[in-house]
Amino acid sequence: MSTALTQKTAAAGAQITLTRCAKSFRTHKALQPLDLQINAGETLALLGPSGCGKTTTLRIIAGLETPDDGGTVMYDGVDVTNVPIERRNVGMVFQSYALFPNMNVLENVKYGLRVRDYSASNANSRASEMLAMMRIEDLAQRRINELSGGQRQRVALARALAPQPRVLLLDEPLAALDARLRDVLRVEIDRLLRSLGITAIYVTHDQSEAMALGDRIAVMNNGVIAQIGTPEEIYFHPADAFVGDFVGTMNSIEHNGKRFTFRPEDIDLVDPTSATFTGTVTQRLFLGDHVQLAVSIDGASSDAPVTIRVRARNSPSLNDKIGLKLQPLTRLARDTH
Amino acid sequence: MMRRSKNFWLLLAFTASVSIFLILPVVLSVLAGLTKDYFVGLSSGLTLDWVIKVWTEYQRSILLSVGIALACLVCSLLLGVPAAYVLFKRNSGWSRAAEELMMMPVALPGIATALALIATYGAVGEFRTHWTFILVGHVLFTLPFMVRSVLAVMHSIELNVLEEGARSLGASFTQRFFSVTLPNCAPGILAGSLMVLTLSMGEFNMTLLLHTPFTQTLPVGLADAYASLRIEVASAYTVIFFLIIVPLLIAMQAAKRLTRTS
Repeated sequence: MSTALTQKTAAAGAQITLTRCAKSFRTHKALQPLDLQINAGETLALLGPSGCGKTTTLRIIAGLETPDDGGTVMYDGVDVTNVPIERRNVGMVFQSYALFPNMNVLENVKYGLRVRDYSASNANSRASEMLAMMRIEDLAQRRINELSGGQRQRVALARALAPQPRVLLLDEPLAALDARLRDVLRVEIDRLLRSLGITAIYVTHDQSEAMALGDRIAVMNNGVIAQIGTPEEIYFHPADAFVGDFVGTMNSIEHNGKRFTFRPEDIDLVDPTSATFTGTVTQRLFLGDHVQLAVSIDGASSDAPVTIRVRARNSPSLNDKIGLKLQPLTRLARDTH
Repeated sequence: MMRRSKNFWLLLAFTASVSIFLILPVVLSVLAGLTKDYFVGLSSGLTLDWVIKVWTEYQRSILLSVGIALACLVCSLLLGVPAAYVLFKRNSGWSRAAEELMMMPVALPGIATALALIATYGAVGEFRTHWTFILVGHVLFTLPFMVRSVLAVMHSIELNVLEEGARSLGASFTQRFFSVTLPNCAPGILAGSLMVLTLSMGEFNMTLLLHTPFTQTLPVGLADAYASLRIEVASAYTVIFFLIIVPLLIAMQAAKRLTRTS
């Protein structure tokens, strides 16, 4: 893992350091003073609910917003706090794509090259390289309003990457697409980020996107980073209940004076005689490959049922009495007592 | 052939009669301007004499109106497009108040605006008798239409995001203004321009008070002709007005269609 990271570093990405970056809009404090380091070549996912400050953080990194007094943004150790986005050499993909409707696909992709005074032939060859990379050569002469959502997303990526930016910033790039297309593009973006070795910051409210794409994830809430770490760290060792809940379902019950915190997949269906807990199925959702059950645990002090997932075949029915056993070695979370 | 219900024919008859009611005066005044003797009727024969007579006698008024409309367009472009841009950028309570304030001359009776202008600037040198005095009134009246039209397009194309996109690609203000901002706002600017030209050409309420014998515009001349000359002359005047205004209206519709498809 760490050697892979170092190899990626060898490519083009910049290292980004935010120091005490806060942001207030009038009386509203969107971001509390925040320190964040993003390694060169790393993909960092900023994950959180709407209004958590993730987009503000991205816009500060981009140079679309300046942090409140006292905050600094550095690219490779150089202070760029007061450098506007147009001189930061970043690439950005917007949620609504921000493609220029007055230009065709090729002209859109060439735009960043034209304003950088590339010669016509250099711009053309670089742009066709980008179109080929995103597999949209056939769309070169299309108008933007003739493209589907997925095609627009590919054009937006090609356009952002054409001028060889040091940093790629993605603001909920898949949010406007339907679920199937989202899966396809997620795989493509992952392949792209890994092959380019560019530093990337990916803002999303979708935890599966963050887990799939992020080398590290920063989970944000109420303008602060609640936890930062690898997807595994975040998922298996959430720092608090908010993080635990946000990146997946987290059960928490008190049983015989002890607190148990576990994810739905960390508990197995067993014979009641050898069970850690016994309980009654109060809800049953058939989801095809698995069944999600809500189980009311006998002797648990909280009333909330726990959520578990079991294989669909031969699964318990509603109101069945079942036995549950926590898997060894999956003791999650810190005991939040 | 599809069978139509009784209601369909009733509604068609109603629509047709309303249309005829509205179009008939237009047709009649055009015919009046082309008939040799209106009181005798069409049997007296058709002629272009009246149109030519109006053109020779009222040429000055007609050209002045076209000139004022064009000058008014230039002013509303130079003032209105930047104003719309600033209002769009500063989307605050103040900018909305400014937008409402700008609508005042449209809401007020033209006569009130005209009187206020005369009372305030009427005694300033030669200004009162100069054509630019009318121009000021027309700009006041047409500017909000330009601003609104451009603002509407800026909002609908999400200009903010487009500009951020251009900035992220390294474009300076001048670069993105000419390559992204202006071209994408063009449909709104075009629609606003045609609106300004049409409104200025036809403006009567305010101009009636603002004009002087040396600065008589087309609509004021038209009123003068109807009041003091043969009805054929006044109608011929209307014909000339149609010739100028109808192409503008058609262009305006075309511009609207352009905005919708882009």
